Amino acid sequence: MEIRSEYFADERPETLHEIGQSRPRDDAPGHVTGKTGFFADRTFPDLLHLKMVRSPHHHALIKSIDTSEAERHPGVIRVITAKDVPHNLYTILILIQVGPEDETVLADKKVSWKGEAVVAVVATSERAAHEAAAKVKVDYEVLPAVFDMEEALKPGAPEVNPHHPGNYYEYDSGDHRKVRYGNIEEGFAMADHILEQTYSSSPIEQAPTETTGCIVAPEGNDRFTCYTNTQAMFFTLDNTSIILEMPGHKLHMVGGTVGGGFGGKVDVIVEPIAILAARLTGKPVSFIYSREEEMQISSPRAAEKIVIRDGVMNDGRLVARKVTGYTDAGAYSRHSPYGAQKGAAHYPGPYTVPNVWIDTYCVYTNRTPSSAMRGFGVTIADFALEVQMDKLARLIDMDPLEFRFINAYRDGDIKAHRQPTEGAALIECMQEASKVANWPVAEKYMAMSSAKREI
Amino acid sequence: MARIPVQFTLNGQEKAEFIESGATLLNVLRDRMGDTSPKGGCQQGTCGACSVIIDGELRLSCLTLAETCEGATIETAGGLANGSELHPIQQAIVDGFATQCGFCAPGMVMAIKVLLDAKPAPSREDVVEAISGNVCRCTGYEPIIQAVLSVSRSNSQQAV
Amino acid sequence: MAIKRGRGVAAINYPTGMNLGGDPSQALVHSTPTGNFMVSLSSVDLGQGLRQVMSQICAETIGVPTEMVHIDTADTDTGPHCMGTFASRGTHRIGNAVRQAAEEARQVMLEVAAEELEVNASDLETDGTGNIQVKGAPQKSISIFDTALAAHFRRGRSISGRGMFLVQRSYPDTETGAMKPATCYAHACVVADVEVDDETGEVTVLSVKNVYEVGRALNPAMVEQQLVGGSWMGISHALYETTEPYYPDRSHGGTDFIHYLMPGPGDLAETETIVIERPAADGPYGAKGVGEMCANPQIPAVANAIFDAVGVRIDTMPITPERVLRALKAERGAVQSGAA
Repeated sequence: MEIRSEYFADERPETLHEIGQSRPRDDAPGHVTGKTGFFADRTFPDLLHLKMVRSPHHHALIKSIDTSEAERHPGVIRVITAKDVPHNLYTILILIQVGPEDETVLADKKVSWKGEAVVAVVATSERAAHEAAAKVKVDYEVLPAVFDMEEALKPGAPEVNPHHPGNYYEYDSGDHRKVRYGNIEEGFAMADHILEQTYSSSPIEQAPTETTGCIVAPEGNDRFTCYTNTQAMFFTLDNTSIILEMPGHKLHMVGGTVGGGFGGKVDVIVEPIAILAARLTGKPVSFIYSREEEMQISSPRAAEKIVIRDGVMNDGRLVARKVTGYTDAGAYSRHSPYGAQKGAAHYPGPYTVPNVWIDTYCVYTNRTPSSAMRGFGVTIADFALEVQMDKLARLIDMDPLEFRFINAYRDGDIKAHRQPTEGAALIECMQEASKVANWPVAEKYMAMSSAKREI
Repeated sequence: MARIPVQFTLNGQEKAEFIESGATLLNVLRDRMGDTSPKGGCQQGTCGACSVIIDGELRLSCLTLAETCEGATIETAGGLANGSELHPIQQAIVDGFATQCGFCAPGMVMAIKVLLDAKPAPSREDVVEAISGNVCRCTGYEPIIQAVLSVSRSNSQQAV
Repeated sequence: MAIKRGRGVAAINYPTGMNLGGDPSQALVHSTPTGNFMVSLSSVDLGQGLRQVMSQICAETIGVPTEMVHIDTADTDTGPHCMGTFASRGTHRIGNAVRQAAEEARQVMLEVAAEELEVNASDLETDGTGNIQVKGAPQKSISIFDTALAAHFRRGRSISGRGMFLVQRSYPDTETGAMKPATCYAHACVVADVEVDDETGEVTVLSVKNVYEVGRALNPAMVEQQLVGGSWMGISHALYETTEPYYPDRSHGGTDFIHYLMPGPGDLAETETIVIERPAADGPYGAKGVGEMCANPQIPAVANAIFDAVGVRIDTMPITPERVLRALKAERGAVQSGAA
């Protein structure tokens, strides 16, 4: 890696001692010797293991649950169903007023995705827990399911989640988040060319090498220590407090050393049920996702569909950009309404466009709930935006890099969300890329600056 | 359930334990012998985080039944350092900033050790092949490859 | 049938911290009797090296070597609230909280040293190696070791500080969308070179030239770790990864590392990494969040390079050999039927 210090040199006046130095990582020797303590690197006497009975159907009513045979299985200590969970209905962002509560810890009336948690089995060994889980009998009435976002938004589509009629998230702005800037129709009317294209993606797994999990140890006074690999200690503590109707001071989260997160460990899934199991049994309980659960049960990055309609002039100026984005939340919200809204804030990308119209929708379908992953709300948007930029450049027979220089945002430019641009550096990145990749652009572009416009 | 005795050498120490038939070496090492350096990343033999060396060969401890290790010599990343002095492979990974979350590191280190024991100055292709069963989600692998090659270079210098 | 080369570019920006703000983090700093500094947090280190970078921020601010700082984190009994490690927020949000706490602790430390030296605290400076000295008269000095001992056992002072950083929450206007999503943005421009086998549809990324603007590289080697690993993940997203290969169909989802595909050590692109620093006005020592943005630009750059190579657009991720072949087949079909 090389640092090109010639850019913005006058904006870095301080003399620093520790900052800017590649000090060795204090944790690396522990990593390579296996001494670093991950949550599962602990043993407890009488540790119990929790395994989840999951829905085999994409969408079904639960007619009845019979746990009697599982309870009699050797080694089984406790079988937990929805009625055991004090506040079974939750949503993770309720703490920052992003509701409604729309997901059950354990399903009670229906399941809305294949893999949804229904019954938790707690046993003295993993093997006993697996065996007993197979003996739980759930009688389902299969319902029609919907997997395609467009189908889900049509009238008469199966209702994925009763808390989201119409299968979309209801923002305070309506069925989608809006950004309106300039006059989009005038922009298209003046454009030399209009290009509308559709982009899409599929769900992506965070795939950390360490799977999601926790071990809970009772402290003996109805207080519980939970060793967890969550990415957010207090998200976990506060949501568990709500779900289990336990005061926060009865909960103690210990973590901080995590075998990769990438967004996959921001949800609060394993801890509440494991703490409940420890509370009901009085014993330490381990709930660790198998690799299969990590791959197909834990929330992936949402699939998205993005329609971009652009108006462009022959001289390279983008004069109108209309974006309609759809985020596939799966069956429950988790962080997807947030992600879809982050997309609305991100468009039209790092470009100054005078006329902008953005609608982003968060749509419910009968699949694994999506949630956070590295860059969510933006990653797929950037794929769409930057492929679109390439197409536009070729449409007007312009070099794709030069086309970006013409439209790049600079300090002081007003963005579509009406904030003035500060601290831009897109121009300089492109100038350096031009040099390092030997992709020449006209001299006037190499003379540009993010800090000021020529004229 | 009936338990069966098993004895083997772990990082130079004699170990004896009564285990359940069917218990994996990974679980026995971690839960019964206090060596948590092998990690359970998948329990299905696809990630390499549990890699250990058994009688000189790289093995996945999550797919190895502990009862098959009777009399074996087992090495893990937990026993590689000489006191507080890191093994050259470990030191190279630290110096090369070639570990981030650290979960794959102990298995990765063992895969590299098997390579360098057999071939002290391997080619890049050798390194790639040696670590190709070890999943790393953080580094993009290149820093690990470079760290191994730095050990390889230092080995060839010593040989001269 | 041939192997064809192509080149593509993409440029992006990325916000630091949770969208619309409202995501606080706190830090507490105190000295031990012998002048080492403990930082108490509840923040999580996912492997990106949060502890290390927080040590360096605290050390820089107090004016001591990094090894004199220890981070105690992620225990909710001892660490004050942190929103969490996500949204490229760790270095920026938590770093600001640590810096504020360290500034408060430094001030107490200088006041104690001033009493010991019988000078004004405002006349003192740290030398960065563990001593406090009078500005312009470095021979008049006291070690931080002695200062901390004096604070603890003679002066009855707690060398400690509190830090809290919060970007005020912004609420989007329901009709116009006027809002303040973030306070600073990182940037990147990537050029990708690929080879496409038009017989198999297989894409090989030969090289990526990654230029990233990061605000300030607080620990350059650790920034490089993020950027290189992120670039790999971007290429992985572009060509390999999905849990639902036939989305929206739910079938054929991978459940292990055999069927969930990612590039292995034999599939790496030659990666060049260039960093530009434009300090963020509100970043700790100018830092912006780079953990997420580094994985984004490779995806469109690779997609554009594929078009450059074989003249077909794959607008659906991931760009698998199957999709490339289907697009090539459709293109050939269109050309043939157009000619007929």
